[in-house]
Amino acid sequence: MNLKLKKLIDKELKKYPSDKKQSAVIAALAIMQNDRGWLSKEDISEVALYLDMPEIAVLEVATFYNMFDLKSVGRYKLSICTNISCMLRDADHIVNHLKEKLQIDFNEVTRDGKFCLKESECMGACGGAPLLTVNNQKMHENLNIDKVDQLLKELK
Amino acid sequence: MNDVIDKNIKLENNNKQLFNICLRTSSLKNPGSIKTYQSIGGYEQIKRILKNKIDPQQLIDEIKISGLRGRGGAGFPTGVKWSFMPRDYDGTKYIVCNSDEGEPGTFKDRDIIRYNPHQLIEGMIIGAYIMNAQVGFNYIHGEIWEDYVFFEKAIEDARKAGFLGNNILGSGFDFELHAVHGYGAYICGEETALIESIEGKKGQPRYKPPFPATYGIYGKPTNVNNTETYASIPWIIEHGGQEFMSHGVPNSGGTKIFSVSGHVEKPGNYEIQLGMPFRQLLAEAGGVWKNRQLKAVIPGGPSTPVVPANIIIDATLDYDGLAQIGSSVGAGSMIVMDDSTCMVQALRRLSYFFYEESCGQCTPCREGTGWVYRIIDRIFKGQATLADLDLLTDVSKKISGRTICALGDAAATPVLSFIKHFRSEFENFIKHGKSVN
Ligand SMILES: Cc1cc2nc3c(=O)[nH]c(=O)nc-3n(C[C@H](O)[C@H](O)[C@H](O)COP(=O)(O)O)c2cc1C
Ligand code: FES
Repeated sequence: MNLKLKKLIDKELKKYPSDKKQSAVIAALAIMQNDRGWLSKEDISEVALYLDMPEIAVLEVATFYNMFDLKSVGRYKLSICTNISCMLRDADHIVNHLKEKLQIDFNEVTRDGKFCLKESECMGACGGAPLLTVNNQKMHENLNIDKVDQLLKELK
Repeated sequence: MNDVIDKNIKLENNNKQLFNICLRTSSLKNPGSIKTYQSIGGYEQIKRILKNKIDPQQLIDEIKISGLRGRGGAGFPTGVKWSFMPRDYDGTKYIVCNSDEGEPGTFKDRDIIRYNPHQLIEGMIIGAYIMNAQVGFNYIHGEIWEDYVFFEKAIEDARKAGFLGNNILGSGFDFELHAVHGYGAYICGEETALIESIEGKKGQPRYKPPFPATYGIYGKPTNVNNTETYASIPWIIEHGGQEFMSHGVPNSGGTKIFSVSGHVEKPGNYEIQLGMPFRQLLAEAGGVWKNRQLKAVIPGGPSTPVVPANIIIDATLDYDGLAQIGSSVGAGSMIVMDDSTCMVQALRRLSYFFYEESCGQCTPCREGTGWVYRIIDRIFKGQATLADLDLLTDVSKKISGRTICALGDAAATPVLSFIKHFRSEFENFIKHGKSVN
């Protein structure tokens, strides 16, 4: 864990009483994952050490919350919502297009290691359906085939 | 049913309109900035309260008069809930804003966070004053990351302006507010799961009692309210409970945001005066898209029963109006389905959601949601028999009421209501391998 990451985690720790470091575990894991794209075994141990938690308790959290990845997801993880409001606005059409274009199924990574496709549950943004996020933190709404193609081009 | 898209329909005895309270900055320039909020009188209420040291009991009474009910789904009267918090407790007390919205079709709290965050912050400060809490958290679901970052900045701006921190505006009142985020777990919207999550654990709901008001975060008294609930408070304090109440109908005071999604021309958030006819809201949302016919509506999110077009069409949108037609307001997450919708496919997707999101703690929910999904999937794949429909009903009824939290009931609701109203479509699918369409 480098100094930059420690600083970010320390900022999160300030939100909680000093004897309740565990409260920052979701934020700490998100910070680690954001740095490298996914969480390795070593990342889990480092977070456990830093927050004075048993490793298993950190792993429990990392496996419970869907946005964490314990395997490499390529450079760009595209999480597309297929839940009802998105389904009603043809999310499946976008999904099929992505699968065809990238030649992968859900949870697979393209051969060049660039893209991974994930099926997601409702992201609480259904007014902009269909939609997807890139690496958890950037949302693209009101998708159509053209927009998706444009997005894929922009992601270098 | 084409008249539902006629905007000129005359409505007898009802003049309910769109009316922005929680979203009242949304049409202004830079809606989410502290400057904009202050330009419409924002933060004046907390100033007045602190300056005049207004008796918290008096404020609670005002909220009770307003008829404000929890906007997170359960509709519990907010004034009553706030009086449960022990006022003379000696240690730290917490208040939590629940912005985890993850029930499919729900996206209203996001617009409060990005378009009117300061009204929410002022609402929380007023809440903290009333309940004498020192620390607050706004728990925002991780999928709307940019809005979470925006809200962190709003907190920073409020702190710089002197509305958060120690000795607020020289009053001697201390209150610190933090934004925290989830990372993809619908169950964390359940208030005790949310508390577990803030403690850095898996989001598994706690047994109640004890309720959060006595045993919440770190075992301390804690109050949890929905984003929209907190955001309504400053307006109620400014205009009075009676005025808020008068925007709605008896037993359903005030305005409520409906998030309209699915098959309408203009999906989005519409803050309505409670009691508005369904037809009117549908018209506001541009009517059913592509000039198609309305088939069914889930009025308040999948945990509220689906209603066929011919029943919902004459309903009014308020707690009693929707109860009368066998459904409920829920979180106001209105999912509109046109006549091309395959109900088997729709239910299959919803059932997969509850199966995927069950926290795994209670056997009826963990196993039952899996059973339910697999049976519907079987129907969808043309491998089911008619007996499977009764099995589906039976399993769902056995989940309901037998779990620690209400996710179990939420999972059973779509199954039971879809089969109740669209049984022939399910039978047709089983017999012919396709929907009616
Ligand atoms: C499975 C489940 C998910 C829930 N999700 C949310 C949610 O996302 N937001 C919310 O405010 N309430 C949610 N609730 C309701 C909360 O438990 C709680 O009642 C609510 O936050 C209280 O606030 P209110 O009184 O202002 O509505 C959920 C409940 C259950 C059982
Ligand atoms: S259903 Fe896709 S974001 Fe809500």
